[in-house]
Amino acid sequence: MLAEQDQFEAERSARMVKAVYVYEAPLRLWHWVNALAITVLAITGYFIGLPLPSVPGEASNSFLMGYIRFAHFAAAYIFAIGFIGRIYWAFVGNHHARQIFILPVWNMKWWSEVFYELRWYLFLVKEPKKYVGHNPLAQLMMFLFFTVGAVYMICTGFALYGEGLGEGSWASQMFGWVMTAVGGNSMQVHSWHRLGMWVTVSFAVVHIYAAIREDIMSRQSLISTMISGWRMFKD
Amino acid sequence: MFRRAPAGGVKKTNEGDTPMTDTFYEVLRRQGITRRSFLKFCSLTATSLGLGSAFAPKIAHALETKPRTPVIWLHGLECTCCSESFIRSAHPLTKDVVLSMLSLDYDDTLMAAAGHQAEAILEEVKRKYKGNYILAVEGNPPLNEDGMFCIQSGRPFIEKLKETAADCKAIISWGSCASWGCVQAAKPNPTRATPVHKVIFDKPIIKVPGCPPIAEVMTAVVTYMLTFDKLPELDRQGRPKMFYGQRIHDKCYRRPHFDAGQFVEEWDDDQARMGYCLYKMGCKGPTTYNACSTVRWNDGVSFPIQSGHGCIGCSEDGFWDKGSFYDRVTDIKQFGVEANADKVGGTAAAVVGASVAAHAAVTALARARQKTGIDTPKGED
Repeated sequence: MLAEQDQFEAERSARMVKAVYVYEAPLRLWHWVNALAITVLAITGYFIGLPLPSVPGEASNSFLMGYIRFAHFAAAYIFAIGFIGRIYWAFVGNHHARQIFILPVWNMKWWSEVFYELRWYLFLVKEPKKYVGHNPLAQLMMFLFFTVGAVYMICTGFALYGEGLGEGSWASQMFGWVMTAVGGNSMQVHSWHRLGMWVTVSFAVVHIYAAIREDIMSRQSLISTMISGWRMFKD
Repeated sequence: MFRRAPAGGVKKTNEGDTPMTDTFYEVLRRQGITRRSFLKFCSLTATSLGLGSAFAPKIAHALETKPRTPVIWLHGLECTCCSESFIRSAHPLTKDVVLSMLSLDYDDTLMAAAGHQAEAILEEVKRKYKGNYILAVEGNPPLNEDGMFCIQSGRPFIEKLKETAADCKAIISWGSCASWGCVQAAKPNPTRATPVHKVIFDKPIIKVPGCPPIAEVMTAVVTYMLTFDKLPELDRQGRPKMFYGQRIHDKCYRRPHFDAGQFVEEWDDDQARMGYCLYKMGCKGPTTYNACSTVRWNDGVSFPIQSGHGCIGCSEDGFWDKGSFYDRVTDIKQFGVEANADKVGGTAAAVVGASVAAHAAVTALARARQKTGIDTPKGED
C-alpha cells in the first residue's frame, strides 16, 4: 500500500525471487469475468437506450430486443454476484484484496504518494516508486470509479430491473428507494444509469491504458500479474 | 346472495350523533336506477377493483347501509381537465350515478350555488362532518407572493386548502397538479406551484396522478374508499397500487413489437402504419406508471399509444422537465446545458480517450529521448 511497506515486502521476497504473489486465483478469475460482464453490459445497455434498426417481418419471428435485454440482465446478475463475491474475497483474501475497498485517507504519507504518482504521470519525476499491489493513485481511482461506480450501477440498474419485475419483487423491494431518491421519475434513473455507463467506459479506457503503460514504464509487471498472479520486479 | 335492504332503505343510522345523509342505494333508487342495474354496477366495480366475485355483495351491502361520505372538492391552480375526465366516467355507471354516489357537497365548478351561498355550504360541511369528510383537491396552491396567484372568494387558495384539510378524514390529490405540480410547477415555476403533500403533512394523502387521470380510475378510487372505509393500498409514492402498480409498457399491446426489435423510426414510415413500437419516437411508456394500456380512455375506446403517438408520461413526477417527449435518451438538466447522457458521457469518454492518446504520445517521446539521451551512455549494453 505504502511504498515503504511494499518495499519491505518486496525485499523480503527478493531474498529468493524477484517476484511476489499478489493476486490470488479467485480474484484473477473475478477480474476477467467482471471485465467481460462490463463489456456486455455497456454494449447491450447502449442498444437498449438507442435500439438497433427496426427488424422486418412478423413480431413473432424475432426477439432481438428481448435477447439484448436478456444479455444485459444476465451480465448484470454476473456483475452483481461477482461484486458480492469480490467483497467476500476482501475479507478472506490477502491484504491486497482489500485495497480497492479501503482508502487510508487519514494517512498523510499515502496522500503524498498519491501526488508523487500524479507527478510521475505528469512527467515531473523521473522514476516511479515500487508497489506490490496498486499504487496509491491507482488505488484511489479504483475506489472512486470502480468500487463506488459499481455500487452506483448496481443500485440504479436493479432499481430499473425491479420496474420490469414489478412492484413487490425483490429488486423493487431492495432498490425501489432509488426511484424516490432521484425524485420519483424513473426516466431520471434511466438517464443517470446511462451516464454511469459512460463513466465506466471512460474508466475502462484509463484503466487499460494505465495498465499497458505501467507494464512498459514502471518498475514492475502489470498485465501478466493479473493473469499469473505474480508481480515481477524489473530492478 | 344480495340481501335486499329494508323497504325505503336504511334510514339515518344515528351512529354517534353525527347527522348523516342518505345511503347510496337510496339516492340511486330515487334517481330511477333499478336494483338490477345497481347490482350490475356492484359486480362491475368489484371487477374493476381487481376483487373476486364474492366482493360484489359486500359492495352492494355497503352501498345499501352506509351513509354517503361527504366530499369537498377544491380547485386550485389547474386547467380542470381532471373534472372533465371525471364526469366522463363510463364504469362505474354514468356521471349522474357517480356524482350522486359521492355526496359531493362542494365543488365550485360543478355546484349550482355560487358566491356566499357556496361558501356557506363549505362552512356547513366542515362543521357538521368534522373529521368525517373526504377532501378531493384538484390543482395545487401557488405559494409565491403569499399565494396571490390563485385567489378564491377573496383569499389565497392555500388558506382555503389548509382550513378545509384541517378537519378532513383523508385527501385525494386529483391529477398531476395536486400530486406533483404538473405544468405550472415546470421550471422555473414562477408562481411556486406546490403539490398538496408538500403543504399538508398531517393527513393521509392518496395521489391519483395523470393529466388528467383516467375517469374510471378516479371513480374506482372513490368507490373503494367509500365501500371499504379505508384507503386503497398505496405504493412508495402514495399512488393506489391497483392502478399505478404497473407501467404502461408492461401491458402495452405493442409490447411484442418492442421485444421483437420492431420500431417506428419516423412518424410517417411503414412501421408507423403497421403499428410498431413507439420507443424510438420517445414513448415514455417504459417509465410511466398508469393504467392507460389496460383501462384505456373514453369507455375503453383508445389510449395515446393506440392512436399512434407515444406516451408523454403525464402521470409521472416532473414530466415537463425531463426532456423532450420525442426522445428516448432525454436531456439531463443538472449540467447547466441541454444535453443528454450520451452527449455528456460520450463527450467525457472522447476527452478521456484523446487525453490518453496524447499522454501515450508524450510518454513515447519522453521514453525515446531517454533511451537515446540518457540510457545509452550510461548503460553497459
